[in-house]
Amino acid sequence: MIKIDRLVKTFGATKAVDGISFEVNEGENMVLLGTSGCGKTTTLKMLNRLIEPDSGTISINGENIMEQPPELLRRGIGYVLQNNGLFPHYTVAENIAIVPNLLKWDKAKTQKRIEELLGKLHLDKKYLNVYPNELSGGQQQRIGLARALVADPPVLLMDEPFGALDNVTRSKIHREFLALDELKRKTIIMVTHDVQEAFELADRIALMDKGKIVQIGSPSDLLFNPKSAFVRDFLKEQHLQLEFKTITLNDIWQHLPPAAGDKNTHHLPAEAGVWDVLEKFKFSPKEHLDIINKQNKEVKSITFDELMAAFSKYKNHQAHE
Amino acid sequence: MNEHQQTLWEFMQQQADKLGVQTMQHIGLTFISLFIAVLVGLPLGIYITRKKQLSGIVLGIAGILQTIPSIALLGFMIPVLGIGAKPAIVALLLYALLPIIRNTYTGITGVDGAVKEAAVAMGMNKWQVLFKVELPLAMPVILAGIRTATVINVGVATLASYIAAGGLGEFIFGGISLNNTNMILAGAIPAAILAILFDFLLSRLQKLNFKKIKGAVRFAPALLILLSGLYFIPSAYGSKLTAGFTPEFMGRQDGNLGLISKYGLKIHTIVINDAVMYKAAQEKELDVISGYSTDGRLKAYNLIVLDDDKKIFPPYYAAPIVRGDALRKFPELEKTLNLLAGTITDSVMTELNYKTDYLHQTPERVAKDFLLSKKLYKPERGGHDAVVRIGSKIFGEQYILASMYTMLIKGYTNYDVATKTGLGGTKIVFDAMTNDQIDVYPEYTGTGLLAILQAPPQTVTRLQVSKDSTYNYVQAEFKKRYNIKWLKPIGFNNAYALMMREQQAKELNIKTISNLKRYLDSK
Repeated sequence: MIKIDRLVKTFGATKAVDGISFEVNEGENMVLLGTSGCGKTTTLKMLNRLIEPDSGTISINGENIMEQPPELLRRGIGYVLQNNGLFPHYTVAENIAIVPNLLKWDKAKTQKRIEELLGKLHLDKKYLNVYPNELSGGQQQRIGLARALVADPPVLLMDEPFGALDNVTRSKIHREFLALDELKRKTIIMVTHDVQEAFELADRIALMDKGKIVQIGSPSDLLFNPKSAFVRDFLKEQHLQLEFKTITLNDIWQHLPPAAGDKNTHHLPAEAGVWDVLEKFKFSPKEHLDIINKQNKEVKSITFDELMAAFSKYKNHQAHE
Repeated sequence: MNEHQQTLWEFMQQQADKLGVQTMQHIGLTFISLFIAVLVGLPLGIYITRKKQLSGIVLGIAGILQTIPSIALLGFMIPVLGIGAKPAIVALLLYALLPIIRNTYTGITGVDGAVKEAAVAMGMNKWQVLFKVELPLAMPVILAGIRTATVINVGVATLASYIAAGGLGEFIFGGISLNNTNMILAGAIPAAILAILFDFLLSRLQKLNFKKIKGAVRFAPALLILLSGLYFIPSAYGSKLTAGFTPEFMGRQDGNLGLISKYGLKIHTIVINDAVMYKAAQEKELDVISGYSTDGRLKAYNLIVLDDDKKIFPPYYAAPIVRGDALRKFPELEKTLNLLAGTITDSVMTELNYKTDYLHQTPERVAKDFLLSKKLYKPERGGHDAVVRIGSKIFGEQYILASMYTMLIKGYTNYDVATKTGLGGTKIVFDAMTNDQIDVYPEYTGTGLLAILQAPPQTVTRLQVSKDSTYNYVQAEFKKRYNIKWLKPIGFNNAYALMMREQQAKELNIKTISNLKRYLDSK
């Protein structure tokens, strides 16, 4: 668990981070969201002491990080940068092996671990001996991720990790990111200015402005219970799309028609967001789509109109609560 | 001149030994200084990337060092480091510093911030960041700096010969002084080839990829030391005394060649520039030097002239020369100019030169003081009968003589005087006279014989025996060819001479060049 208490950092006359406090639970994916200059990156870099705070404390698993030698602290925290920060004079294998070498792992162990990671990140072994400039942006970013994960650190800090990628590559990596079992066990703090990305990847989001946290909570908290006009305005433009992504079939299950479908055919699980179902309708010519609620094994067969009607009912219901 | 003209190739073959030694010295000088410059410049460049507030000052100082003229820098070093390799290496090192410091600084500050941040964030300490990230990535830029420094050093190392550190400059500057094109090229071409070669090799090194460069950089110090070592190979000789001769003196028959053939003088000789030679003699870096017998520095540095007992240096007695027309036009002129005849000896002239060159008295004051002391001075009459035009060459001694003649003419006759002093060299002042621009100027018998009459070698050898025979020859020839009259000699002889420190010469009881030879030959 990471505990941040009354953290302050000023650069000259500007207060970049103005007394923020929050906690991140183990295994949680916390996204620091905000516009440029809101203090989110400064906050992140204080967690591995790339920037030293003026005041306040940070503890990871109960230990104050200011009392640890910074080099040792950093070797135990993975770090992914926006522009990947790969060493241009190191091959892919050498880049990934940086932390194991600092930790003085033996060669065989390092080699084994690197190959394992490459497999998980869908990278071919032939890339091991090439230099980063010979790779595509998406591949470089995967290597950057592998480098951060190689020593299996419990905490991962990510500074706009997908910011430099094009949209297609980014959504592909988002899916891999969510599917990667290595990441499921990790406590992740990620900085982004991309609202979509935050909603797709976060367990909780801390929305920041002018060095302070405006609201912290789950994506649906921010969406449906905004604490202030700032939060509402921040999400306004993409509100509908965010709703589609945030609301799952489980949420609207009771509003869907009771018609039972065939239990043996291929089903979409009810954890899926409305957005995913809409995409299925777009690519599938079928009028009916079978969905399954895994808890009570109930199967429903729905049409596009029924889905939209249920979504609308749910929304009305929310508004009256 | 129907002698066979020697080609460059023949010259280089004939001088192959010397050429080899000079080339090795040149490479050695270049790389010793480069090696030290890297040892100093690289850490300094790294240091100022950590303390940015110092970068301006450090780069500024290195930049100023770069702008000091090389020969001046070499001159500064003599009192501190003497002559020879040490000051040359230090001077070269100072020139090489700027490109190395600057490129190290630029290279390291130019490393991508994201890469440095990643290195720190992964838990590297500052030394690991420096050696594993910053230096390897800055290496192409640093190598470019070393490359620039190398080429600068190859060039500046030619000047090392000014302070007796050897190198290809010996041929280049000797050739210039002796007007020997082959000799100049024999030095200049190898120097140019060295510059191009090293530049090419370093450019290859710069273009190697990251993998190979690791090996190359490890190999480089060894290579540098090896190349530096070349300097020390040829310098294993010595003798009791050390002579420093100018490149011109080295190559002249009435210079070192004569010393060897007529006297059989064997002395450890180094080639050095005229500007620093006297100083080096005073600093006891040199024991015997070549110079001019009435130079003011003789007195300034307590040197004495060794007697040329076998007469290898042709006499350079000074006397006023006057156009025949002028003598008719100004009947009193000859008598007046001859007032000075025989009054100024070598030591007196040296003293007078010392006053102008070292005590910075004006030539007029020195001239007047001298005339007063000889009771020759008379106040100006203020006459305007006619104007006598006096010329002089562009050095102190000639200014003093011109002033004396002006004062004498104004005091003893009713003529007025116009002076045209500071006429460049012999050719300029003599042309002014033959073209009726001046009437009189002081000239030297040796110059008249060799530079103006360009007498054949046999005649020169024949005349060298006594001062009178030379004087008589030039007097007769000038009269015949140019209708110019040599008046009576003033007395002093401003010839080539060997000099030693007075004290040392006394201790060793050396008065003549033959004494010197005997001393050197004795065990």
